[in-house]
Amino acid sequence: MRSGRGVFTRRALVVMAVQAGVLGALGRRLYNIQTVEGDHLRQLAERNRTSKRLLAPARGTIHDRFGVALADNKVSWRALLMPEETTDIAAVIDRFSQIVPLDEHDHARIERDLKHVHKYVPVTLHEFLSWDDMARIELNAPSLPGVLVDVGSTRLYPFQDLTAHLVGYVAPPNEEDVAKDTTLSLPGMRVGRAGIEQTQEALLRGDPGSVEMEVNALGRVIGEIDRVEGQQGEDVRLTLDVGLQGKVLEYLGDRVASSVVMDCRNGEVLAMVSTPSFDPSLFDSGVSHAQWNEWANDPRTPLVDKAVSGLYPPGSTFKPAVALGALKAGAVTAQDRFNCPGYFDMGGVRFHCWNRWGHGMVNMRDALKYSCDVYFYEVARRCGMDPVKAVGNAMGLGVKLDIELPHVRSGVIPTPEWRQQHGFHWNGGDTVNAGIGQGFVQVTPLALATYVSRIASGRNVQPHLIRATNDQMSSLASLDAVPVVDVPKEHLDVIRGGMFAVVNEPHGSAPKARLDLPDVQMAGKTGSAQVRRVSRALRESGHFNSMNLPWEYRPHALFICFAPYDNPRYAVSVVVEHGNAGADEAAPLAKQIMMEALARDPANQPQPTGQTVAQKEPVQG
Amino acid sequence: MRGGVVNAFGFLKSDKRLLRAEPDFRPMARLLQVNWLYVLLVCLLAGVGYIALYSAGGGSAKPFAGPQMVRFGFGLVMMIAVALVSPRILRMVSVPIYLLSIALLGLVLRMGHVGKGAERWINLAGMQFQPSEFAKIGLVLMLATWFHRIGNERMGNPLRLVIPAILTLLPVVLVLKEPNLGTATIIGVIGATLFFAAGMRLWQIVLLVAPIPFLGKFIYGHLHDYQKARIDTFLHPEHDPLGAGYNIIQSKIALGSGGMWGEGYLHGSQGQLNFLPEKQTDFIFTMIGEEWGFAGGIAVIGLLMVLTLGATLIAIRSRNQFGRLLGLGIAMDFFLYCAVNLSMVMGAIPVGGVPLPLISYGGSAMLTMMFGFGLLMSAWVHRNERDPGFEDEDD
Repeated sequence: MRSGRGVFTRRALVVMAVQAGVLGALGRRLYNIQTVEGDHLRQLAERNRTSKRLLAPARGTIHDRFGVALADNKVSWRALLMPEETTDIAAVIDRFSQIVPLDEHDHARIERDLKHVHKYVPVTLHEFLSWDDMARIELNAPSLPGVLVDVGSTRLYPFQDLTAHLVGYVAPPNEEDVAKDTTLSLPGMRVGRAGIEQTQEALLRGDPGSVEMEVNALGRVIGEIDRVEGQQGEDVRLTLDVGLQGKVLEYLGDRVASSVVMDCRNGEVLAMVSTPSFDPSLFDSGVSHAQWNEWANDPRTPLVDKAVSGLYPPGSTFKPAVALGALKAGAVTAQDRFNCPGYFDMGGVRFHCWNRWGHGMVNMRDALKYSCDVYFYEVARRCGMDPVKAVGNAMGLGVKLDIELPHVRSGVIPTPEWRQQHGFHWNGGDTVNAGIGQGFVQVTPLALATYVSRIASGRNVQPHLIRATNDQMSSLASLDAVPVVDVPKEHLDVIRGGMFAVVNEPHGSAPKARLDLPDVQMAGKTGSAQVRRVSRALRESGHFNSMNLPWEYRPHALFICFAPYDNPRYAVSVVVEHGNAGADEAAPLAKQIMMEALARDPANQPQPTGQTVAQKEPVQG
Repeated sequence: MRGGVVNAFGFLKSDKRLLRAEPDFRPMARLLQVNWLYVLLVCLLAGVGYIALYSAGGGSAKPFAGPQMVRFGFGLVMMIAVALVSPRILRMVSVPIYLLSIALLGLVLRMGHVGKGAERWINLAGMQFQPSEFAKIGLVLMLATWFHRIGNERMGNPLRLVIPAILTLLPVVLVLKEPNLGTATIIGVIGATLFFAAGMRLWQIVLLVAPIPFLGKFIYGHLHDYQKARIDTFLHPEHDPLGAGYNIIQSKIALGSGGMWGEGYLHGSQGQLNFLPEKQTDFIFTMIGEEWGFAGGIAVIGLLMVLTLGATLIAIRSRNQFGRLLGLGIAMDFFLYCAVNLSMVMGAIPVGGVPLPLISYGGSAMLTMMFGFGLLMSAWVHRNERDPGFEDEDD
């Protein structure tokens, strides 16, 4: 008979051998893991225990010349969701969206993030929480398991659209930026996308710090081990006077216009306005498609800084440059008189003066004063474009100006060579047209301000916006170091005299620009630049009035000026797109702006007794 | 031959005779028969569990260690109580218990609480209860009773094995459907061991084992994706260091950082810093290994080995087939828990929610294990009851 117990005992002993063998093998494996591989694994453990994280440096702030903040950092809150800390993610998101509304875009992004990140990586629910939102979330914390509020920093532009073009804006870095500089992948890092924010990126960004933290497997911080403070971005102080900037914007109103106010002694830009503008803070959180399209399709180009990127035919404001070129080339003297019958014939083509009855015999000063076209047709014909281009470039027209802004356009002073490079033949009529700043001549409002500054001060001023970085004054701020411009003083005096007459003498072309001040005079020059050729038939019909044209075909209105005439301090350029006539539209604006600039001048403020303000004598001669 | 005489009486009478013949089978006397040394070892293991859970709770009895000890207290009382129950009664209740466990497995599939991607838990009077744990005990009782009834002689008849095979496969399939690959495997192996120890003929074993490789291939084809993923990450944990392979890597790192003597109690950096996944349940051994080093880890393995081999020895010492199979079934249950859990934390087999008995936090596993130890102890207390019809002489 088979013994059940015998079989069992034998087989149970086999089982015991297996049990002992398996547990023994596990013991051996434990030995291997803990001692043989121990060192290697211990290193991994150390890495596990600490986590080095980079700290986003605070971005440098931007101030105006008096220390008013133009770009600042503001604490902001964002809501994060720790997926592992909640059992019902959908319900939490649902409850959250009842407290802080989430749009479809947010929902899609959250869903995508939840799918792609591990459950111990937080997912951003909402980037920019208001104080109220944050308070509501904290209040509802018990019903929002896994939701936490994280402190970050957003860029604040207190003056919004007033300084938008100038100061620019920041936006989250794109993949290209991150590829160039991996520290940009830090949460909260922003990249300057326009204006000073863009050009001074290197200064403003700063260096990231790092913090070594003890973290658990869930990525949660247990404690801090070591901290290396980063270098905060440098603060930038601009030459801008935001008060004046505001006034200029107010004067320009809803015109599509641009104006630059410059200290003509050293090139400091005190105001630089381009209208219409936009709200730069929208870029920090991401501009919506609709908003972007609206801006991009607006014929008034709100995103373009017209002061540096807007190219306009200068019209008659170009005449001083033509005059200087002709004087320098010796083609004419200031005393040479030419007869203006109201038209100028050349090569079978008739060029008209703005005054169809003509100005009679005029010299250079009178021609500037009346803005006589025929005189400058003749001068241009005599001297050709090359001397005009040489002097124009020296005065800041048609050259790249080295101001701290992106997308600065240089404009054009055309010459036959330039025209040929573009594959066209230069006609004599082109020279004549260029003589009154029409045709191919193109300038920016900034270039006009630079040009009039150099005329006024006789110094080769460089337009600039940065007065100081981290309280280190810019070398350009000095009034003494500016070199003299490469134009004889006598020539400049003729121009200044003509520009004085424009504003202050009877029959000058811009009486509306006369200052309402007893002992301060302004000198200026008008300009009305056609954007469309006026047909002969229309002109001769006698019924031509550019005000009857559709807005986009009306001439641009320009005005350049400086004051005080006897001791030039400020230069102003105004361009009103399709403003029709410089004398009527731009000149009164320039006068208002100049009055404001003079009124704000610290030298004109009542001084505390016992103190005198050192008056520099910057003007050549 | 005494066996032949006893045989003639039939087994019910024989039982009665034996019961009468052994005067110390009154409850208090039976209490003395309990193997107190083994009970002490069980308490020692639970003590290790308390120490480890205290550390897993961040140096506090609060979340884990305290409640677990309360459960152990209940379990200990239950174990002693079950130990005093006569095998006769156990055989009578084995069929209802088995059927109940199957019913619960069916229930959990219908309305189980989903935890960690599987329906494994049901709520029983407010307590989370895992029927698959209970099913193991039910199967052991059922098979022990069955094989006890048919005796060794009739094991030779393959037809006699068809019903127990079905009884084994039923819970295996149900647990597999939950799906819980680890526990299903454990149940299957326990059943197979009992077939083997009950005296299944060698030719039957060969016939059964031969098609396993093909069956394995078939089963792999029907595994859930997450189960396949577990096998894949087990084979290549470095492919997904932050995903499913994370647990294995973290566990090995923690063990390795423990070294020979450990980082000190309550000072295991990985466990205390929460790098360890599920450190209070499946990965409690890693925590021990990190804080107490290889010295502590091997001591725990040693204790588990003593308990396993002791349970198997208790089974061998029984003079009746029921006690033997019951004891071996419980011994295998305990052993497989330990082996699977340890292999898992050391990265030797795919991860699957198998706790370390009496150490891992969890009431369901603790109570079913203590119930099992109670059955084991019953086999010990009643070890001298003899098989009535199939008396063995070689004792």
